[in-house]
Amino acid sequence: MELGDHFFRRESGRLVAALTRIFGVHNLALAEDVVQDAFCRALEVWKVRGVPDNPAAWLMAAARHRALDVVRRERTARTFAPELTRWLESEWTLAPVVDESFTSAVIRDEQLRMMFSCCHPSLPEEAQIALILNVLCGFGASEVATAFLTSRAAVEKRITRGKKALANAERLFDLSDDDFGARLASVRAALYLLFNEGYHSASSETAVRAELCDEAIRLTSMLLETEATAEPATFALAALMCLHAARLPARLDAHGDLSSLPDQDRSRWNRALIDRGLALLEQASCGSVATAYHLEAAIAAVHAGSPSIASTNWDAIVELYDRLLKLTPSPVVALNRAVAVAQRDGPDAGLAAIRAIPDADRLRDYPFYPAAIGELELRRGDAASAARAFAAAVGLARNPLERRFLERRLRTAETTSHPAPAGPA
Amino acid sequence: MAEFVYLYRGNRPPQSPEDGQQRMQRWMTWLKELTDRGHVKDPGHPLERSGKLVSGKARTVTDAPFAEAKDVIGGYTLVEAADLAQATTLASGCPIFEIAEGTVEIRPVMRMG
Repeated sequence: MELGDHFFRRESGRLVAALTRIFGVHNLALAEDVVQDAFCRALEVWKVRGVPDNPAAWLMAAARHRALDVVRRERTARTFAPELTRWLESEWTLAPVVDESFTSAVIRDEQLRMMFSCCHPSLPEEAQIALILNVLCGFGASEVATAFLTSRAAVEKRITRGKKALANAERLFDLSDDDFGARLASVRAALYLLFNEGYHSASSETAVRAELCDEAIRLTSMLLETEATAEPATFALAALMCLHAARLPARLDAHGDLSSLPDQDRSRWNRALIDRGLALLEQASCGSVATAYHLEAAIAAVHAGSPSIASTNWDAIVELYDRLLKLTPSPVVALNRAVAVAQRDGPDAGLAAIRAIPDADRLRDYPFYPAAIGELELRRGDAASAARAFAAAVGLARNPLERRFLERRLRTAETTSHPAPAGPA
Repeated sequence: MAEFVYLYRGNRPPQSPEDGQQRMQRWMTWLKELTDRGHVKDPGHPLERSGKLVSGKARTVTDAPFAEAKDVIGGYTLVEAADLAQATTLASGCPIFEIAEGTVEIRPVMRMG
């Protein structure tokens, strides 16, 4: 039998969750060791004898076996999960309690609690995401580093610090805890960030980017499976992820270069994800509050439903941006709104909208600020100004992918302002 | 055709679940290719890295490990090849060499007559 893609990685999060329930979160490292051990055994046996019919059950049995061993050997020396101590002490109850921890409903609950625990307010957001990727998604430190274009050492530091915070909490977050509402909002924010990290990732490897987006969607879907966390805002978040992820295959062109929305080949958008996103957005609309996720998802839905840039309902998009701007005043949102205004009312109106951004100085390091000006100058026929703006944008590029994209735009502007002399007839 | 035993040594835990899965995949691909070409008589088994050692007239029993980690045999495969040279060439594709201390020992099976 063939193993599915990322099988071990997926199972890693599940097994760690089950084992953490038994051992207690202060023994997270022990839980990880047991999982590692089960993986090593699987690796050794399967590579020679072949993958068993039910690899997930095989792994779980190996982890269960090791867990029983560990508890029997160390129950006098170590404290395990305080709520379970009584059950772990007696041979009569040990096996049933361990078995219960490996049932899928318990695993899902524990994964949710782990996700909430990873989003502890004392941890900076990038540490929260690194921790989620490591503990819940089974990413190794170097894989997280590759995805974030940071050093392995920096990621390891973040993860270590995060795990210390988890261990100090002594128990996992409980969904009935007082600050549930605030923590749920942090969880959504972290998943949103994780998704964006994938969507806007500087990595030119489509696979790396898609994996982060997939993981964000998978974890958000887990929130939707539990009543307490399945709020309208969570549905909206899931909707916006699906609608954006649908465009991912078209964001890089055949040469692996960034392709902006107007240039994207819309036939490469993922129809199934669009449909799923639209259905989720429908479900998100049952509440009375429209969150920023709702508005962003609605904007993405308008794009998803438009066969071309020209036929896009820019009225609707500008209006949605207006509402988004009221909810989360941010110069980046204002810039996106200005671009939409330009599509609706022409480049001069767009440039006026850009000039009207109140806190534009916060965009001074953002390459797509001068790039947007360049696009609009180009469109109104001032290729020289456009070239100057693109040159500034190139100077701000944060990675090779952005640089190549902006240099291409710069060349376009330059050839428009100094057309090459016509060759001999 | 003659028979040979491959003895695998060297072990490094995977750096991540994904790393482990990819490594396993490479082993399976390699063994499948050998099997498809009719060289695998028995894929063999991985061996636990711990055990007992009985030695001497006194039958002294010692606990494993018997050797340094890198010298412990991790598994074996029974291979058929034309001669030692071919068996050696076939072994060179083994993914165990991705590990710094990974080795394959190739031993001809002794035949009667």
